[in-house]
Amino acid sequence: MDRNPFFFQHYGLTDRDLERYLAAALSAGGDYADLYFEYLSSTGLSVDESMVKSASQGISAGCGIRVISGERTGYAYTDDLSPARILHAARTAALIATGPAKTPSAGFQEKQARSLYPVTLPSVDAEITAKVELVMRADAAARAYDPRIKEVRANYADELRNILVVGSDGTFAEDSQPLARMNVSCIAKTDTNSARGSSGGGGRVALDFFFGDKTPEYFAREAARQSILQLDAREAPAGEMEVVLGPGWPGVLIHEAVGHGLEADFNRKQTSAFAGLIGKRVASEKCTVVDNGTMPWRRGSLNVDDEGHQTQETVLIERGILKGYLSDKLSAKLMGTADTGNGRRESYEHIPMPRMTNTYLLAGEDHPEDIIRSVKRGIYAVNFGGGQVDITNGKFVFSASEAYMIEDGHVTAPIRGATLIGNGPEALKHVSMVGNDLKLDEGIGTCGKDGQAVPVGVGMPTTKLDRLTVGGTARKDAGGFMQ
Amino acid sequence: MPETIVEQQTEIDLKSLAQDIVSRAMSSGASTAECVVREGDEFSTLVRLGQVETLKESGSKAIGVRVFCGKRSASTYSSDFSRDGLDRMLNGALALAKITSEDPNAGIPEPSQLGAIGGDLDLYSSDVYSLPGQERIAYARRAEKAALDSDPRIKNSDGGSFDAATGHKILANSHGFVGEYRRSYCSVAAVPIAQDDKGAMQRDYWFSVSRSLKLLESPEQVGKVAAQRALRRLGARKVKTQQVPVIFDPLVATSILEHIFEGVNGDSVYRGASFLAGKLGQTIASTNVTVIDDGTMRGGFGTSPFDGEGVPTRRTVVIDKGVLSSYLLNTYTAKKLGLQTTANASRGLAGTPGIGPGNYFLQPGTKTPQQLIAEVKDGLYVTEFLGMGVNLVTGDYSRGASGLWISGGELTYPVEEITVAGNLKDMFMNISDVANDLEFRSSVASPTIRIDGLTMGGE
Repeated sequence: MDRNPFFFQHYGLTDRDLERYLAAALSAGGDYADLYFEYLSSTGLSVDESMVKSASQGISAGCGIRVISGERTGYAYTDDLSPARILHAARTAALIATGPAKTPSAGFQEKQARSLYPVTLPSVDAEITAKVELVMRADAAARAYDPRIKEVRANYADELRNILVVGSDGTFAEDSQPLARMNVSCIAKTDTNSARGSSGGGGRVALDFFFGDKTPEYFAREAARQSILQLDAREAPAGEMEVVLGPGWPGVLIHEAVGHGLEADFNRKQTSAFAGLIGKRVASEKCTVVDNGTMPWRRGSLNVDDEGHQTQETVLIERGILKGYLSDKLSAKLMGTADTGNGRRESYEHIPMPRMTNTYLLAGEDHPEDIIRSVKRGIYAVNFGGGQVDITNGKFVFSASEAYMIEDGHVTAPIRGATLIGNGPEALKHVSMVGNDLKLDEGIGTCGKDGQAVPVGVGMPTTKLDRLTVGGTARKDAGGFMQ
Repeated sequence: MPETIVEQQTEIDLKSLAQDIVSRAMSSGASTAECVVREGDEFSTLVRLGQVETLKESGSKAIGVRVFCGKRSASTYSSDFSRDGLDRMLNGALALAKITSEDPNAGIPEPSQLGAIGGDLDLYSSDVYSLPGQERIAYARRAEKAALDSDPRIKNSDGGSFDAATGHKILANSHGFVGEYRRSYCSVAAVPIAQDDKGAMQRDYWFSVSRSLKLLESPEQVGKVAAQRALRRLGARKVKTQQVPVIFDPLVATSILEHIFEGVNGDSVYRGASFLAGKLGQTIASTNVTVIDDGTMRGGFGTSPFDGEGVPTRRTVVIDKGVLSSYLLNTYTAKKLGLQTTANASRGLAGTPGIGPGNYFLQPGTKTPQQLIAEVKDGLYVTEFLGMGVNLVTGDYSRGASGLWISGGELTYPVEEITVAGNLKDMFMNISDVANDLEFRSSVASPTIRIDGLTMGGE
């Protein structure tokens, strides 16, 4: 078999060993067992006050063993990859089942390998001096942008995750997953005001990405621009109003409002506000939402998920109608649906579960200028911090970090950060215009669920919602907008 | 079913290993070095609708080293304790320290600052693992069952759980400091889902957490409270946009304390990234507000004998009757500000030390929470926040919220899909009352508080 031999070389693993471990995992019965080997190396650098104050490197390796018996999951892991420790972990995980031993299927079938992020030299192995150059250039560019920029921090982080997943059904998948990210944050100050701005990006890319289009200067100027802009921001309005979201990162709306609620585990357990709504209208007919793990170089992309299943493009909502869920192996089996390749985990210490990859709203036909022009009074939000959702009652929030008033069809003054809040199965029904300018975020998103963090992508075109609650401080009854 | 599997203790003494790494760093050219080792194990089980859903049991350990070559520093870590793995870690750190910048303030504490507070701090109890496997599952099952049985409207569940963990930390440095401590933890929780006759669902949770099994509340009590919390949310409505007094229940009031923490965090202060920078000695909150950080409380969730740099923990008054009396600092931020460390260094495996709380709390007042509510004619009792819309540079504050509406001094119907917004500068000054119900469920704790002048965004 033509294999990327990482674990076989590093740890002297053989197919025989893998079969032995799986047999131990199924020694008390169970329907399925898998092994997840991970070897993660990472680098981090940060510049603060124009000094590289911190540089770090690390290695973390281990193996997680899972046994599934009906709806039950037994899990154990070890950071010691000696056969004795792996066998011990396998026998611990095996205790979830109570029955006669099962035999794993003989032999492994390796799937056709895909290559969504082929890098010749992973950034984690690249010259550290080049990475130092990146953060120093970011610092210089942010400071040069405007004399009011007083504090700059720039971080660079990369990792290379080698994984091997083998399952008792013959699953065999290996992948080498690079990930790199750069972040710049600035504080602008005047005698009377302070404001912050931040920017960043990356993906499953090599170091040359940051020496091409997406240079440190690109991110630095963006962070500096935002912080200068915020110096003059006025109070945000409060209450329900028309909201226009800019293209790209505001796609965090899609992630929070519908993405999480469509993860199969919540729907299998009937704990999601979207449970039982397949085939029903959950958005206006302008909305088609997909999750796509196959986009080259993207932060949320994967050749195979953390259960060894190939990722795919999955239509979640088509012209407003709910079409499907994001599934891992367990939910697919229990629900009798297809595994969509969304079984992900933070590390070998964690049990996989359905997670998003790159999730976005497809482009429509409206021109962004027409969308703005159609709004009498509302806000135009183009940058966001994070978001959060309660999947059971469907309530979600996301926090604008750069937003403007729209008055009589024109974008006017910048406003201070405000949280937007809505109800997942309802909010997208108020989408009345969708732009032709679909964009994905720059590659900085990290999604948390049940204490597990995984990298994701989000995206959307310029989009208008006729109604959403904006959490500002300016009172409506104060007569127009607070100045 | 699983019995406790006691992982065989590592043959090597981790304390000697940490000291050895420090001396090898020094003999390889470092001018100062510091090594941290962490090991831990965890057990967790989740029972859903009476059936075991997950069982997890494992242990792991990792080591990190920070070296200084003059005023340059770098750090590396590894989960590989083989000779090769440790060599690679050490050599990597020494090589990295050549490319970082000279920072005049870089360094570890002075020898005279190092040490540990004495006595038994009651942080470790081996009884967290004393329950046999079936009993642990029973704890989780009992918590869920109590929730499911308490009302017919509790129709579904995200489960009941029982978790236990122990951790062991070792720190050594080239000033001759070496210290270690163990901590244990166990918890029981329930997450029921209530459903009304229209099919609308609400989920909530409750938990008990403790360093010893003996101190854990009964699973039945936890399940019952969780059910009450989910049930009281049924039939929630939106309300009109308005300004009203807001009462924060103890769990959400801790978030306000955390904002104060971020504001007095030396790292934000020295770079002027906090609106509290430069406010030492000034009134920044109402006179009801006294905030204390105390890393020495027996059995506390934030207690340890020494901080992440080997400085003995202590008690620091952060806000004294509304006056900012101390920032919270580690060695580096103290030097930057010309002050002394408050022993709040937090040390991960890699990177420069950060700043973390000990047992950090708002001193309770004298009124009961019921009295606070009774004094509000129309207002919001907030029980949950969503999202992170807080800006420490400006103090701007805007978060999603849900809770109960207060009318005529009483809790009435539930409300949701609203926002609460203001500016932290004003909010701290407008903490008009603090109740007497302080209780630690984590290292940060607050009684019920009342804040006036917030804008509530709704319809």
